[in-house]
Amino acid sequence: MNAVRDAFERMAEVDAGPTGLNCILWTDEQRALADAAAVEAIPSAGALAGVPFVAKDNIATTHLQTTCGSRILEGYVSPYEATVITRLRDAGAVLVGKTNMDEFAMGSSNEHSAWGPVLNPVDRTRVPGGSSGGSAASVAAGIVRIALGSETGGSVRQPASYCGVVGVKPTYGRVSRFGLVAFASSLDQVGVFGTMVKDAAVALEVIAGRDARDATSADCPVDRYSAAHTNDLKGVVIGKPREYFPKSLDPRIAKLCEDALDALRARGAEVREVSLPHTDLAIPVYYIIAPAEASSNLARFDGVRYGLRVEANGLREMYEATRTRGFGPEVTRRILLGTYVLSAGYYDAYYRKAQEVRTLIAQDFREAFDSGVHLLFTPTTPSVAFEFGAKSDPYEMYLNDIFTATANLAGVPAISVPIGDIEGLPVGGQLIARHFDEQMMFRGAFALEAARAEVS
Amino acid sequence: MSAHGRTIADYEMVVGLEVHVQLLTRTKAFCSCSSAYGAAPNANTCPVCLALPGALPVLNEEAVRLAVLAAHALEATVNETSIFARKNYFYPDLPKGYQISQFDKPLAEHGKLVIGTNADGTPITVRITRVHMEEDAGKSVHDRYAGVTAIDLNRSGVPLIEIVSEPDMRSSVEAGAYLRALKQVIEYTGVSDANMEEGSLRVDANVSARLRGETKLGTKTEVKNLNSFSGVERALEVEFARQVEVLASGGTITQQTMLWDANRGEVRPARSKEGSHDYRYFPEPDLPPLQLARAWIDQARVALPELPAAKRTRFATEYNLTPAEIEVLTADVPLAAYFEEVARVDGDAKGAANWVIRDVRQLLNSGATLATLKLRPTSLAQLLTMVRDNTVSHAAATKIFAIASESGDGPLDIAKREGLLQERNENALVGWVDQVLAENPDVAARFRSGDKKLLGVLVGLVMKASKGRADPKAINQLLSARAAAGE
Repeated sequence: MNAVRDAFERMAEVDAGPTGLNCILWTDEQRALADAAAVEAIPSAGALAGVPFVAKDNIATTHLQTTCGSRILEGYVSPYEATVITRLRDAGAVLVGKTNMDEFAMGSSNEHSAWGPVLNPVDRTRVPGGSSGGSAASVAAGIVRIALGSETGGSVRQPASYCGVVGVKPTYGRVSRFGLVAFASSLDQVGVFGTMVKDAAVALEVIAGRDARDATSADCPVDRYSAAHTNDLKGVVIGKPREYFPKSLDPRIAKLCEDALDALRARGAEVREVSLPHTDLAIPVYYIIAPAEASSNLARFDGVRYGLRVEANGLREMYEATRTRGFGPEVTRRILLGTYVLSAGYYDAYYRKAQEVRTLIAQDFREAFDSGVHLLFTPTTPSVAFEFGAKSDPYEMYLNDIFTATANLAGVPAISVPIGDIEGLPVGGQLIARHFDEQMMFRGAFALEAARAEVS
Repeated sequence: MSAHGRTIADYEMVVGLEVHVQLLTRTKAFCSCSSAYGAAPNANTCPVCLALPGALPVLNEEAVRLAVLAAHALEATVNETSIFARKNYFYPDLPKGYQISQFDKPLAEHGKLVIGTNADGTPITVRITRVHMEEDAGKSVHDRYAGVTAIDLNRSGVPLIEIVSEPDMRSSVEAGAYLRALKQVIEYTGVSDANMEEGSLRVDANVSARLRGETKLGTKTEVKNLNSFSGVERALEVEFARQVEVLASGGTITQQTMLWDANRGEVRPARSKEGSHDYRYFPEPDLPPLQLARAWIDQARVALPELPAAKRTRFATEYNLTPAEIEVLTADVPLAAYFEEVARVDGDAKGAANWVIRDVRQLLNSGATLATLKLRPTSLAQLLTMVRDNTVSHAAATKIFAIASESGDGPLDIAKREGLLQERNENALVGWVDQVLAENPDVAARFRSGDKKLLGVLVGLVMKASKGRADPKAINQLLSARAAAGE
């Protein structure tokens, strides 16, 4: 009860009003307090009894709107609840708000929300990253310790890195997508943010596991990630993929990564250089596959059944008017791109080719792990949080995901953990594990976090 | 006559058919909503088939089982891996904006269907290109509310199979034969009720024309809006004639979609938009590839019932019936089963065939169904036995049949109650003969003096006097004996 009340207090302090962070879009304090009271009344409370959490606005909730940061879903309240929300609530967690995001999760700065940008709590002149910027900022600002986000190409890890919190993208299939509004179904995965590694680990434990309502969710045992804490990394081999440390990498980021690797070595890990040769193809491949799937997934927002409808003279005109007004420029751009790459005559050159390259990218990871490496360590992003408006060229914006999109394409789990800062701006380090080996990923993340705590 | 001097007789029709069949599952293809027909509009819907944001499809295993059964019945090879694909187009009754279908890796391929026999006795076979699974769209209702179109999504997500034939048919008659044979096979398997009137079987036809002797295919058009088998045949004739007219005058056919107007007996081009979709197919990422173990596929074949061709062959050898009789008796599974039960109990297949083909089918034509028919096959068999051993006359049997089909009572009970049992008592027979001869002295006299033609008249009169209970054979003998004796 107190934790939930504190969350609302903190929200009022940092988020509300024209000068606020703008990370929470929809909230219902009375309802949340009632939920907290109901949890308190149960004697055998769950793993997260009374713990407040927020969820990205593309995860279906029955009492708060689910707009995906888009005008086309303004006012839409889902009649059903996403599996991840149900699982967290069943464990006693209390939903206190839905968080701002780039429209339909398309963006890396949270500047593409119909409801205005989110400010980075660390430096309000800078972006929080995206697309799960509101969730990352909510954790960084101390409103909650746990937040749900979603990833398609780095949308949890990149904002986690920019805001100085922990962000996890689980293995594709680890967490049910039922109730996550689809962007690119073969890449989408619900992710979690935590103040500390343990927060993220507990939350993932709760939401992970097979769901009969998602045919792509895997029937694979869920370990106790929160128990992966160990000071000892003896016998653990950490690969350092050279493609993630190009000469052009900001030397300050490179230095923080070296420090992190040293800390891992100090705990007994062996660090080995490896190669993931198709890494530089990830962004072009991602920007074919993701928009292709998005162009189809977003077809249902047609003004017929729910959300925005702009009346017009005739069906086709109604479609055009609704979608033109309902979707922002980045969403429109990706729908056009996706429609184009799937078109007759272009499919083979783009979509099919991209799928083939995607297979090669996945193979890179498999080969690295088969060579005896347990984890890969990389920087999460090529830069720290940038200022609003700094990246006006879409392609430059897309390059933000250069180190993160690969894990989505390959389906492997990855986590971003704070490893230091550059002039006060957080830098994240990324640990990538084998499919469904979240346990190893958390083991590395706990060690990294502990090492940093010792330094500071 | 055209510039080339060619007539329609110089051209050959080439037809391939795409048939959609609705599978008889209890629930929809990708959600647990009821797939029953006739519920209140939008009653059978949920987040999945309404395409609410975040909802995901989960494949109905029963739909897979039925689709595989149909594929086996069409002798198609079922793929161990098939892939669902999205067919993208905007329409208000397609809530997701795409239909989940299968594209370059369908459920089954390379089937065939025998649709008849050539003059030389060889079978006429149509090759089946593919059988794939997909979901139905909802329904747009244009005539219910003034000025607006209403959407009913009860049908959204109902499982279908699409059966695509090769362009192997050369006439509208063959196309009709294919459809009737296909409907029969599908009905036999029980995977669908395959009813074109109710929309559980739908047909689109691809048709082209070419000069006889030509082996290359001409440019085809797709004819849609076909709502009966005879409509398909008529539409094909009309479209073929249209194409021939164009070709014979030196023109070329435009590949397009034509709509059949059954009322006017015309085809007209669909608005260009309807025919020029780029469906942007791509693999459905929400559903993993459908993996079926070879052993499971083979096991599924075991559930296949005896199919029409096999049943016809068996009836020919087992019951010694004529091809025409077999055709009628194997029209559908319940009728064939009814016949076989009568034949089994009574032992006389020919007699059973006669009664089923004539009398039972007459009842069915006047609205009864075999499932609800009160006259059970065992009762009919009993009646046949009673006729053969002269317990009742044939005339009495017809009367008993009518009563039994109304009441469901046993034929022997009816015969007793109605006084229809044959009279075997010699004295009674002699009594009726005496009575008739006495009441008709003139006829009796001419008969005695050798006018044999009067035998039939007298038998009839005796039958009448006995109210049908006398055995006509016995009367015949008695009268003949009297004539011989000059009595």
